[in-house]
Amino acid sequence: MASHDSHTGRLPGLFTSPDTSSFTEFLGTYSPDLLPGRRPLPPGTAGDDIPHGTTIVAVSFPGGVVMAGDRRATAGNVIAQRDIEKVFRADEFSAIAIAGTAGIGIEMVRLFQVELEHYEKREGRTLSVEGKANRLATMVRQNLGLAMQGLAVVPLFAGYDEERDGGRIFSYDPAGGRYEEREFHSIGSGSVFARGALKKLYRADLSAEDAAVVCVQALYDAADDDSATGGPDLTRGIYPVVATVTSDGYRRLGEEEVGAVARAVVEGRHDSPGGPTAPLR
Amino acid sequence: MPFYVSPEQQMKDKADYARKGISRGRSVVVLQYDDGILFVADNPSRALHKISEIYDRIAFAAVGKYNEFENLRLGGVRYADINGYQYDRRDVTARGLANVYAQSLGTIFTETNKPYEVELVVAEVGEDAGTDQIYRLTFDGSVADEHGYVAMGGQADAVAQSLKDGYREGSSLVDALRTAVRALEAQDSDRHLEAKSLEVAVLDRNREHRLFRRLTARRIEELLAEGTGAAPAAGEASEGGAEDD
Repeated sequence: MASHDSHTGRLPGLFTSPDTSSFTEFLGTYSPDLLPGRRPLPPGTAGDDIPHGTTIVAVSFPGGVVMAGDRRATAGNVIAQRDIEKVFRADEFSAIAIAGTAGIGIEMVRLFQVELEHYEKREGRTLSVEGKANRLATMVRQNLGLAMQGLAVVPLFAGYDEERDGGRIFSYDPAGGRYEEREFHSIGSGSVFARGALKKLYRADLSAEDAAVVCVQALYDAADDDSATGGPDLTRGIYPVVATVTSDGYRRLGEEEVGAVARAVVEGRHDSPGGPTAPLR
Repeated sequence: MPFYVSPEQQMKDKADYARKGISRGRSVVVLQYDDGILFVADNPSRALHKISEIYDRIAFAAVGKYNEFENLRLGGVRYADINGYQYDRRDVTARGLANVYAQSLGTIFTETNKPYEVELVVAEVGEDAGTDQIYRLTFDGSVADEHGYVAMGGQADAVAQSLKDGYREGSSLVDALRTAVRALEAQDSDRHLEAKSLEVAVLDRNREHRLFRRLTARRIEELLAEGTGAAPAAGEASEGGAEDD
């Protein structure tokens, strides 16, 4: 236990005050410097020398949503890490992924995970999908100061909505704007190229397996044209992180499963480097 | 003019007061079974829980005054989450939590006029039965490290006696639940408990992430029926999907 009342070893009064079921809010009173947006900022801007995560894609399909991210982190023109993970389980029925400053992003993800679980344990119920999405918007907004100094983080959030029996996708801007996306979305430096691919490959009746293929195809296209996005690394066996969220909950696809999809995608590109073509008329 | 009351008398009065409050309620039992730790409360409410999740491997059971133990539970969730966030998830332990509860209860008992009328169990499921931990905390902050089974609240002595007679180490969930229900029925001579008047949860060491799981009334019924051999086929098929909340 940190600072307060630690000499007595008992629960500090703050712990038993019934005011809030939000972990972030509690942390803000208990130990504000543990929150990314509450630390005093040094002057100047942090440049490209800090690792940045790049491209994330999400595709909804009847009954759920698939989210996938490449494995590259870059610091300027250097590849900082080639097997970073940027897609995470947020809770049983939702996933979160980050693009932007990796360090702040991973901190935000951890905080968000605890936030959801904390609420669930205290209140005895889970937040609605919108509730979770709004909560995340607040956390992004608190990061605005950091964003303006070059440490921006933008998450992508996807959850299974029980009432609609389908997946929902929410994107954010660095100011905390929250936007619900239809069908599919992509964020990060390679997102422009990924979104083009998603647009051509998306069908309303995709199966979960096909939606995963669409994601891997889109990430391949992003890596094709964006130097900060990593393609499937067949020699090292490093493949995108792909996760589905359905009524069965969050499931990250196994290494073998994604490996098979990634190899098939790369194989296909040997014959047609531009990937699957859409009918012209 | 105030009378002089000796400290011994003062403590004794407080202890009697707390004990009386706790024995007015209904009992809760906690016992180990082969796959983890089972919690059973004689509690018909679906919303006001006596058994709750604290963390990945840790659960909480309580008897006595609801507002008092709920307050401790909420504090415990904060304690666990903040420690797991600052350090790592595996650094949150039942022992640490039992210690802060003990200090809190001890302080409240000695420093305030009205002691908490609660008794708690903090349990952590380990990799095997040998590493399971069950701590019982009483209103004055005493901690006991328990093995096998615990009964608290209501007619705790009668319940504990029944557990002592019926408890077998390494029994299955079905047998453990039977033993627990029989023990809770020992509160009164003519008490019969059905699935809907029971609150049942487990810390199941074979699960992933968060090991705490509530059992639905239907699942409890199935397990109890299995125990008596009335409807043996109904149970195992729904093992995974019997979650509540």
